[in-house]
Amino acid sequence: MLESSPVAIELYVLLSAVLFVMGTLGVLLRRNAILIFMSIELMLNSANLALVAFARQWNTIDGHLMVFFVITVAAAEVAVGLALIVAIYRTKKSISIDDLHKFEG
Amino acid sequence: MQLENTGVSIVSAVLFSPLVGVLVLLFWPRLTDKQVRIATLINTLVTFAFSLLMLSQFDSSKGMQMEQVDEWIAGLGIYYHVGVDGISIWLVMLTTFIMPIAVLASWTGIEEKVRLFHGFLLLLEVAMVGVFVSLDLFLFYIFWEVSLVPMYFMIGMWGSKDKVDFFGREMEARIYAAVKFFLYTVAGSILMLLAILYVGNKAETFDFMLIRDLMRSGQLVFTEETERLLFVGFFIAFAIKVPVWPLHSWLPDAHVQAPTAGSIILAGVLLKLGTYGLVRYNLEFFPNAAIDFAPYIGALAVIGIIYGAWVSYAQTDVKKLVAYSSVSHLGFVVLGIFAMNSAGIQGAVLQMVNHGVSTGGLFLLVGMLYERRHTKAINAFGGLWKIMPIYSGFALVIALSSMGLPGLNGFVGEFTILVGSAGSDTLDIWYTVLATIGIILAAVYILFMFNKVFMGPVTKQENQELEDLTWGGNWYELSALVALTVVIFVIGLYPKPFFELMDGAVGDLVAQLDATLQVAMK
Amino acid sequence: MENVLTAVPLVVFIPLAGMLINLFFGKYFGEFGVGFIGVTASGLAFVVAALLWAGLRDNNFEAVVVNPPLFDGWISIPSANLEIPWQFRVDTLSVTMMLVVSGVGTLIHLYAVGYMHGDPRFPRFFVYLNLFLVFMMTLVTGNNILMMFVGWEGVGLCSYLLIGFWFDKSRVFPDGVSEGWKNSNAARKAMIVNRIGDFGVLLAIFLTFWTFGTLDFYKPDEQPIGGHAEEAEEHALVIASTDEVIAEEEHDLSNMGFLNQAQVLLSDGEEHQVKFGSVDLSLKAIVTLITLLMLLGAAGKSAQIPLFVWLPDAMAGPTPVSALIHAATMVTAGVYMMVRANVLFHHAEVSSFIVTVIGATTAIMAGFIAVGQWDVKKVLAYSTVSQLGFMVAAVGLGAYAAAIFHLVTHAFFKALLFLASGSIIHGMEHGHHHSHDSHHAHHEEEFDPQDMRTMGGLRRKMPITYWTYVIGTFALAGIFPFAGFWSKDEILADSFRVFWDEGELKGIFALMLLITAAGFTAFYMWRQVSLVFYGEPRHEAGEHASESSLLMTLPLMILAVLSIFGGFLNTPSDLPLLTDLFGAHKFTDWLGHSVVNAHAGEFLWWLALGALGVAVFAIFAARQLYADETTSTVRITGDPLARNPQTSQAFALANAKLLWDEMYFKYLENPFNVASRFLADRVDWQFWHDFFHHNIVYLPFDQGAKGISGNVDKVVIDKGIMMVFARGPWEIARRVRRVQTGFVRIYALTILLGTVLVMIAILFPDIRDILGI
Repeated sequence: MLESSPVAIELYVLLSAVLFVMGTLGVLLRRNAILIFMSIELMLNSANLALVAFARQWNTIDGHLMVFFVITVAAAEVAVGLALIVAIYRTKKSISIDDLHKFEG
Repeated sequence: MQLENTGVSIVSAVLFSPLVGVLVLLFWPRLTDKQVRIATLINTLVTFAFSLLMLSQFDSSKGMQMEQVDEWIAGLGIYYHVGVDGISIWLVMLTTFIMPIAVLASWTGIEEKVRLFHGFLLLLEVAMVGVFVSLDLFLFYIFWEVSLVPMYFMIGMWGSKDKVDFFGREMEARIYAAVKFFLYTVAGSILMLLAILYVGNKAETFDFMLIRDLMRSGQLVFTEETERLLFVGFFIAFAIKVPVWPLHSWLPDAHVQAPTAGSIILAGVLLKLGTYGLVRYNLEFFPNAAIDFAPYIGALAVIGIIYGAWVSYAQTDVKKLVAYSSVSHLGFVVLGIFAMNSAGIQGAVLQMVNHGVSTGGLFLLVGMLYERRHTKAINAFGGLWKIMPIYSGFALVIALSSMGLPGLNGFVGEFTILVGSAGSDTLDIWYTVLATIGIILAAVYILFMFNKVFMGPVTKQENQELEDLTWGGNWYELSALVALTVVIFVIGLYPKPFFELMDGAVGDLVAQLDATLQVAMK
Repeated sequence: MENVLTAVPLVVFIPLAGMLINLFFGKYFGEFGVGFIGVTASGLAFVVAALLWAGLRDNNFEAVVVNPPLFDGWISIPSANLEIPWQFRVDTLSVTMMLVVSGVGTLIHLYAVGYMHGDPRFPRFFVYLNLFLVFMMTLVTGNNILMMFVGWEGVGLCSYLLIGFWFDKSRVFPDGVSEGWKNSNAARKAMIVNRIGDFGVLLAIFLTFWTFGTLDFYKPDEQPIGGHAEEAEEHALVIASTDEVIAEEEHDLSNMGFLNQAQVLLSDGEEHQVKFGSVDLSLKAIVTLITLLMLLGAAGKSAQIPLFVWLPDAMAGPTPVSALIHAATMVTAGVYMMVRANVLFHHAEVSSFIVTVIGATTAIMAGFIAVGQWDVKKVLAYSTVSQLGFMVAAVGLGAYAAAIFHLVTHAFFKALLFLASGSIIHGMEHGHHHSHDSHHAHHEEEFDPQDMRTMGGLRRKMPITYWTYVIGTFALAGIFPFAGFWSKDEILADSFRVFWDEGELKGIFALMLLITAAGFTAFYMWRQVSLVFYGEPRHEAGEHASESSLLMTLPLMILAVLSIFGGFLNTPSDLPLLTDLFGAHKFTDWLGHSVVNAHAGEFLWWLALGALGVAVFAIFAARQLYADETTSTVRITGDPLARNPQTSQAFALANAKLLWDEMYFKYLENPFNVASRFLADRVDWQFWHDFFHHNIVYLPFDQGAKGISGNVDKVVIDKGIMMVFARGPWEIARRVRRVQTGFVRIYALTILLGTVLVMIAILFPDIRDILGI
């Protein structure tokens, strides 16, 4: 049986929100693809934090489970994403996403 | 209303045994042409044996029998329902009897795509038997349409090499004929499909027996208008197939272009799908309309008898002559059917068999000549009796049977039909008088053909060396002719069992018609 | 003795066996074997027929119906009450016919062995001859009219096969047609003309069935009503029991053959109405119709006006065939049928009148034509037509026994004449070959062995043929005491009786015509005898002609004996000596047991003498007239009748056969052919198959299809509907796709904004309500 946390849930949520906003801003404002990637990771982990926090709060296991999924998916995503970035760099000699608008409608 | 599923019936065995052959021909890896022929022959003979077994189990005191019912599309009241009665059993026998002859007829005539050809032959047999035995309108319609496809290909792929002038451009005559055959028949059957859908909808089942019971018990009644429309829907489909004058325009093309086996099956069985349908559906389902229309249809039949005979007398092509004679002969059948009495209908059913045997035989004979001389022009022959005495002997018997010589099969059918039509309540006596003139004309054109081809001195050098029939040389031709001749004599001299078997079924139908007639006459 | 009568199927089956043996194995036997089998089959049939005759006598002349083995029925449709069995009838009429057919038949078979010697298709000839016997026996023994019809058509078939027997002869006639084609076409003509007659028989059968409900002449356990055997024994005359007697008796019609039914119904003096299908007539009218239709059939088979035209052409067949089929047996089938149905004819006055007129007119017409013929067989053919006219007229006059009597005697003397003419032709052909061999054939002129103009002087070369021929001629011409005298006289006497006693016009009409015809008969026969036998040979073939072999002359001699004495079968009563010797009306009495209306005619001295006088006068006239011709030694070119201006036109008409064939060709055959070609080429093919099918069915469809694909499809579908369905979305898409910049950050921002909006919507229910989500 888990004890209820001495730290208030609000603090976790706040931290999570701050991290998420930082990640979001990073994605929107940065041009370097790798940095955008890292910002995305930041967003994912902020969400993970919130999930774990709530899971502890309500004493269920669902949140934990979800976190593991997210971590796994993130790992895979990183692998694919980095490979893509490397491939793009090889052809474009650049990883600035402003140079990449081939899919313009 | 519902039908209970039953066990497997021998009828299904007859129906599907050619399918075994179709599968073998489709999937067996390597087969020489000869093996294909032998396999097909054995398959058709086995089917014939099955049908003989079926015949031996037939009980003439019962009506529809050896039925098999399996649920198929339950929601729409569609069953796999097959069975035979005294009428259909003879047509099944005719089909299974003609098929081996068709195989023998193409023994040397078909040399290209042999496997495909024989596959089509067997498929055609399934479809034709299916039309005769199916007791479900939906099933009937499917078999009806399926029967078109193999024949279409047989005419179109293995037909004659003639060319025809088609609006200024040259065209393969066989393609023209095949397409014409297909379109005419399909055009008719679409009307029938509509009629079938209407009847099925109204009765809430497509099962023939159920619908018949509903009608006989008065639970399913059509208004006069509807009944006439439905009658016409069925009639046109059947009339094109028969063909009733003046819908015969496809027939000479199809017959002349088809390979020998195709002509034999076309004349022998396919045309009977139409006349069978008239008996089975038009008379059974729409007796009132049938009585109303009988004088008109009878008139068409009589015109067909005389017209067909008259036109065939002027032909210069043997095959075309025989083709037109079919129009005349089937006029008799239609006349018998619409005489609507027992003699007329029984004569008509027997005449369907007779016509299959004798006209099938004539086409077989023409095919043999064509293989030897590569021409069908009457003028190219003359005096063959001297050169091919055995062949000519068979030709004489078959020609006489077609001409209706007493003692041979054709006479028995024609005579009973005319007895029926003479005493018919629906047809005036004059119909019989005119139809009997058709018997004179039959002698005119048959003897014209026989004289020109077989008699007279031999004047053409090419004819001097024609090969006669021998067991050693061409057993396949001889055996086919012997089989036909035996049937010709058996039916001609002792048709009693044939009538005996169909008496129950026809008597039942006629009793219904009589009841309707009595009401109509009041 | 009734056991003997059950042997009747053998008269059919024995010839059938002979035919089958010769058909399958004939080629291994050689001429002798084939001939032996053929003659034996026919002879055995005659033996059986003779046994039947004896058996019938012992059976008190009562008819017996016999079922054949194996075939327990033929056409049998219970639900239509149609029951037509294979059943054989033995009664005095059928036995008479059987005896004639097999008796004369056997002699002709024997003759044919000699005549057909050397023919490459020798076995087949005997196959056909035996097959003919099969059918002829079926015809005369059938107990129902349909079985009779089987025989009827079957003998027609044999006639067809035998007329066309030499279908392959390649000798070309001056008119460019080869003999083979002439023979084949004659065969076809015979069959088709007969079919026209069959049309009548068939319709008569239909009417009979629906009127009486059966096609049986009599049911198995039934005797003809009206003729009574006991009376026959007591009186010399068989008197048909009167109508009143029949009407008084009780009869169950449902179990009667149609002849008895008709007898009962027509005798009771009441009006009966017949109703079936669309027909509603009085019984009298129906019977009149049936008999008239039967007459049509008889006109076909027995060569009466207007259907006799096939018989002269039928002489294309080998001569034994002409004798057997086209003189003695088959052509009498029509007479047999009418006599069989005598009950109907007896009660149908109108029909009887027409029958008499047809018969008598045919008799005189054919007799007239025969005078103008040069072909030895054509003369006999027209003579046959003429004699058949006598028989038919006799039927019309109600002299049924006389008709059959004449049929029998005619079978004797006409078979004799034909066989003798065959012997003449044979002799001429051999003489021709012989003369060619000796003279090394330097002249290849057309030689016709049947042309009487080239004959002459054969009396000394062929004595047996000559004497038998003269006997036949006397019999045919009706010279006392030969067979024809008695039978012909009976018909003449009857026509007088019908006129005098019954006051009927047809009697005097027939009497006048028939006596004239008898005069013609004697004239053309003696003309023939003069031209063929007397004087000097007019061709070297005649000089070298020799008598035929015994195989051929033996039948001639037997038939000659029959032609001399055959007439005594039916000697009239009250004749000195003869009646004591041969009895009175034996034949009529015998026949009366089955032919209920048979009655014996009186013998009229003055009429018999008158007819004899006419015949003798005609013979002398012919003798005088042709005396000059016979002295010629070269082929004669014209007839004395043609040289005489008073008779030249008549002779030309007779020589041209009254232009019957030409008229038939012009008014029937040619229009039929033209119409046939018109129907086939113009109507069916060019109009219906090509024009209608192409222009009315195909072209509108084709043009319609082109129209749809060209205008409708390209303009309306492509340009119109496609604008709406394709162009519209495309335009929209063109604008909308601007949104897709390709810049990831803009997408991310959009996602963010969207998320924010969704969250707002979730968090603030009021806004949700306003938006209506």
